[in-house]
Amino acid sequence: MLIYTFRRLLISIPTLLFIAFVIFMLLELAPGDPMAQMPLTIPPEVKEKMRIALGLGEPWYVRFPLWLKQFFIVEPQYWIDSTFGTNFADGKQRIISFQSRSPVFDTIAQRLPQTLWVVGMSYVVGVLIALPIGIISAYRQYSVFDQAGTFVSMIGFSVPPFFSGVLLIVIFSVQLGWLPSIYDTTLVVRDWATFKQQMLQMVMPVMVLALQTTATVSRYMRASMLDNLSQDYVRTARAKGMTESVVVLKHVLRNSMIPVVTVIALGIPAIFGGAIITEQIFKVNGLGQLLILALQGSDIPMVMTITFLLAVLIVVMNLIADVLYGILDPRIRYD
Amino acid sequence: MTDLPQPAVAVVPVPAKVRNQWWDVWAQFRSHKGAVFGLGFLIFITLFVTIGPWLWTVEPGKLDIRNKDVRPIYQVLFDSNANVSWNHPMGTDNLGRDIMANIMQGGRISLAVGWTAMVLAVFIGTLVGVLAGYFRKADGLLMRFTDLVLALPLLPLLLVMMLLFRDPLRASFGPENGIFILIVVGIGITSWMQTARIVRGDVMALKEREFVLAARSIGTPSRRIITRHLLPNVLSPIMVSATLGLATAIITESALSFLGLGFPSDFPTWGKILFDSVDRMTAFPERVIWPGLAISLTVLAVNYIGDGLRDALDPKIRGL
Repeated sequence: MLIYTFRRLLISIPTLLFIAFVIFMLLELAPGDPMAQMPLTIPPEVKEKMRIALGLGEPWYVRFPLWLKQFFIVEPQYWIDSTFGTNFADGKQRIISFQSRSPVFDTIAQRLPQTLWVVGMSYVVGVLIALPIGIISAYRQYSVFDQAGTFVSMIGFSVPPFFSGVLLIVIFSVQLGWLPSIYDTTLVVRDWATFKQQMLQMVMPVMVLALQTTATVSRYMRASMLDNLSQDYVRTARAKGMTESVVVLKHVLRNSMIPVVTVIALGIPAIFGGAIITEQIFKVNGLGQLLILALQGSDIPMVMTITFLLAVLIVVMNLIADVLYGILDPRIRYD
Repeated sequence: MTDLPQPAVAVVPVPAKVRNQWWDVWAQFRSHKGAVFGLGFLIFITLFVTIGPWLWTVEPGKLDIRNKDVRPIYQVLFDSNANVSWNHPMGTDNLGRDIMANIMQGGRISLAVGWTAMVLAVFIGTLVGVLAGYFRKADGLLMRFTDLVLALPLLPLLLVMMLLFRDPLRASFGPENGIFILIVVGIGITSWMQTARIVRGDVMALKEREFVLAARSIGTPSRRIITRHLLPNVLSPIMVSATLGLATAIITESALSFLGLGFPSDFPTWGKILFDSVDRMTAFPERVIWPGLAISLTVLAVNYIGDGLRDALDPKIRGL
């Protein structure tokens, strides 16, 4: 198992390098000029100097390794310095955003908590709703509850977040006036009142994202439970005279969770993608909104770094899912 | 093993009428209520957006500032003073453009993008899947490539592609066609991977079967084995993933339009109409709800069709 994990880690290095290269070359073809926002009165030779100052003067085969070095060596050094008070980085050049002229990672660090709060909460809520639905749907297959569960997950698959979010705003903010439609990120949770306010403004974005998660996970949970409920060991357990709750919740559920856990791990990158749209609807100033703003402003280093971080997340989650599958299921042997 | 002497011709009870297998598939499909409703709705919405503009001859882009902000006709039920008019049953927007005409026009583009992108994705997926499954030499390379594409963050990359290639393609193919090609190709090349994996798995299992061996033993070339023996047998997973592909393509196109990176605003699509209406949804919620309902119901219908097809095309379930 350890050898397998190590081998997978080694394979993921060229994968990530290739992905970084694809994203870099795609951005390299960009006709969008970061200097387009500058006043027209700037003379061309000054403009050329400004381009060089932004680091655009060198060809791609110089800039790509430079970006890799900044991402993998310089930025972690700065991170270690700020955490432990050491001085590894020694004033080296960081990845600088074209728009704000500040280090890309500082901006990302400012935006990350909002996204993590909304995305993390919605994933937890979505999974917590999905598991009981999946279990009951499988245990009472073809019952009214199962039909309703199927219908709800079909809706979860079919209604895009930009419609469900807008619909929730129309109902709960416009008609009923219960929930705020805009997520206020300046809110600091100090006491009970602000905590309540924070919870209220999180309800809608979390529910929109959770609906998608619930749809997928509950389907997998149901299928996996159905597979296990017809197995011989279930009949044995019942024949031994175990109560129904022990059979279902101890024997069947634990075995059914094995594939579901990997599905949960694999779904994490997808929900970050979904957050791009949800943040746009509820005006959360998280990573997704940062990406959209950077795209519109041709902020190449910012787009490159955020997109690559998402790719890292996908690769890492794939790895975790595979390793978890091997750990949880002793029948799986990778070597 | 001793065989009893058999009569030369086995007596097979010949059914009175030989049935095509597609009739069985259709019979099974019809027993799935959701799928039938889905098919009905898909036919309805297709007719609505194709034939609709012939019957409802209001120009979708026509500005009529005197009749702006007309509410949909059902508002009369709640408020007898509401500004409604039978000339605009779904209402008009803030520039007096008729919403029903816009939904029809937008649906044409949304459905066209969805179908074309789906066909492209299924074509690439099937090609890669068959090649990887049939030719062992190509397998490693093609599947590594598929895994790499699967590891790409697709929505951000699609957004980047929209932004980068919008202007060059608009310059060379005209504003509408350029964006159409860009969106279709973008969605197509980012959603073929699942089809490729499924097709590869099925082809690998099929090519070890006796009928393929028999075909090869009489000297059938690979090309003909693939088209004549393998493709018909992987048709059902392809059809199921095609329906899923259609649903995702419609949603992706709407999402791009919603993020402001799709068609320009004088070419309405459902996602674009939704996006344009969000700012004024507090006063006019119906402008958000019409296109949103159109997207959601179409995708729901397509998903139900896919569910029904999966059951109907599975010979193990069929006829039960």
